[in-house]
Amino acid sequence: MGSHRTLPFAFVLPVLLIGGAPALAQGPAYGIGRTPTADEIKALDISIGPTGEELPPGKGNAKEGAQLYRTKGCAACHGAQAIDGTAPNLKSKDPKNPDVWARGRILPLRAPFATTVWDYINRGMPLNREGTLSADEVYSLTAYLLFINDVIPEDQALDQQSLPKVKMPIGDNYAALPEWKPRTKRLSGYPF
Amino acid sequence: MSSKPLNRRELLKSSAAVAGGLTLGAAAPALGAQQAPDSHHAPPSWPMIKGDKDMVAYGDRSKYVTSVRIAHPVGGRPSPDQFGLTFHIATPLQDSVGVITPSSLHYVATTRGAFMPDIDPKEHRLMIHGLVDRPLTFTVEDLKRLPSVTRLHFIECAGNRSSRSAKTVQQTHGMVSCAEWTGVLLSTLLKESGLKSSAKWFVAEGAEEVKGASSMPIAKAMDDCIVAYGMNGEAVRPQNGFPVRLMVPGFEGIFHTKYLRRIKIVDRYYMNYNDFGHLDQEAKIAALEYQIGPKSVITFPSGEQRLPGKGFYEISGLAWSGGGAIRLVEVSTDGGKKWNKAEFKGTPQRMAHTRFGYPWNWDGTETELLSRCTDELGQVQPTRVQIAKYWNKPYDQTFSVPGLDNSVQPWHIASDGSVTNGFA
Repeated sequence: MGSHRTLPFAFVLPVLLIGGAPALAQGPAYGIGRTPTADEIKALDISIGPTGEELPPGKGNAKEGAQLYRTKGCAACHGAQAIDGTAPNLKSKDPKNPDVWARGRILPLRAPFATTVWDYINRGMPLNREGTLSADEVYSLTAYLLFINDVIPEDQALDQQSLPKVKMPIGDNYAALPEWKPRTKRLSGYPF
Repeated sequence: MSSKPLNRRELLKSSAAVAGGLTLGAAAPALGAQQAPDSHHAPPSWPMIKGDKDMVAYGDRSKYVTSVRIAHPVGGRPSPDQFGLTFHIATPLQDSVGVITPSSLHYVATTRGAFMPDIDPKEHRLMIHGLVDRPLTFTVEDLKRLPSVTRLHFIECAGNRSSRSAKTVQQTHGMVSCAEWTGVLLSTLLKESGLKSSAKWFVAEGAEEVKGASSMPIAKAMDDCIVAYGMNGEAVRPQNGFPVRLMVPGFEGIFHTKYLRRIKIVDRYYMNYNDFGHLDQEAKIAALEYQIGPKSVITFPSGEQRLPGKGFYEISGLAWSGGGAIRLVEVSTDGGKKWNKAEFKGTPQRMAHTRFGYPWNWDGTETELLSRCTDELGQVQPTRVQIAKYWNKPYDQTFSVPGLDNSVQPWHIASDGSVTNGFA
């Protein structure tokens, strides 16, 4: 037991000498790679998180969105009423069901954050013309889809400030993921 | 002499002529004798494969080997569809040997049905930013300068689910493959950038048209994720993410972000694009949709194959787990009454296919073949009955395995030797 004090020193010293800078993990070990400029990062950063901090300036509302829904081709795949198209439904067929989960897998209804809807449209729509919508158009389309699912009123304008504040019907009624750890079973207590 | 590559016969003739010229005929008869039609050592008189430049530059398999990928699932969306989009393509496991899936036969999935981007690797960049001390942008050449790892890893699609209508093992299990991946550990890049203490998750994003993105725990990034540029000894194929893809060993296939262009370090689950598809009501089910459980399947004999008669067969199959290396595979040749330890062909690797074999003398009677595996964490591959029992649900045709289906696949052997899906 008396060796407790001396052992750590005996082990740490050689590691520092052999490992050098990488072992400390404080600075870059290889100096490879270029520092992107703030503008380069901004141009590429299309990940919109729940706080909405990455949202670009712009605004839109459901009325504008309703027009864009037709002119940008959304209706052609998702259906004129956002139901029963070849692409996924964007409006619930059972909108009054008290169980939000039972209303269906509808992005602008089930998503826990309005930012998720914005991110999805901006990133992945419209089919074959992805990335062509302006920020105003994405705000408008998001507003339209939230309006037809009774999430926001028709005249509510969405922008950088108001979009992240939209209360989605699902609230926090969804599963948080367990903290993942290496070499751990995929679900505690599950034998399979 | 022409610069055109010579085939073997031409080469032999010309070396004989040169040799003859130099040694005044001494060597020429010796070479000629090897070619003589009446020699006892002459090969069977197969036609020669006519070599051409392409075959020399990048070899082909024999025309007698016809194993190919197919669209998945049966009756699902065709790939390519009328617009040239690819969706899901399954690997021909029934013809597989060893543990490596040839790159040409590796399964393919896209998040929405996608064109494959034709990326010039010189123009491609990977940017790491967010909660880091130093944002960094890497070219593919930069990545190749850094210390590399080469590891066998399987990738499996969340939709790899056996069904009653599936007939072959390609249809029941073909959305899994295993390749040798080479690249830089993501942890190497993140140490280069320096993680801030608030870093808890990362979002990986591809360069394809939908910029598919997924949130993953930072602990996984620092454990074993690979930014891979190599696959089976050459560059990653476009269908698998050229020029770089993220390997997330043991996680569902969709996380293995292809055409990787950006890693953003964040403090919370970002709920971007692919994350919405993983949204679940029950915490237990959400957990099962990340790390893949232990799974195995017999590839020979398997559905629609036919045993020519009673006698000896080596049963062969594959086992894998998202939890680590496979520790044990058991095979039953009597419908699950008795389980027998199978032999590993090679040393099981973590999150990689392990080939197993079991010697079997078929007596010609009707029976059912099964395999099950156990991984290094002690997780055991279950039957569907066991899974239903755990979830306290009746096992009937409406029962669906929660998370990625890792249940035991039964193959029914009829007395005429025909093999069919035991779920049918």
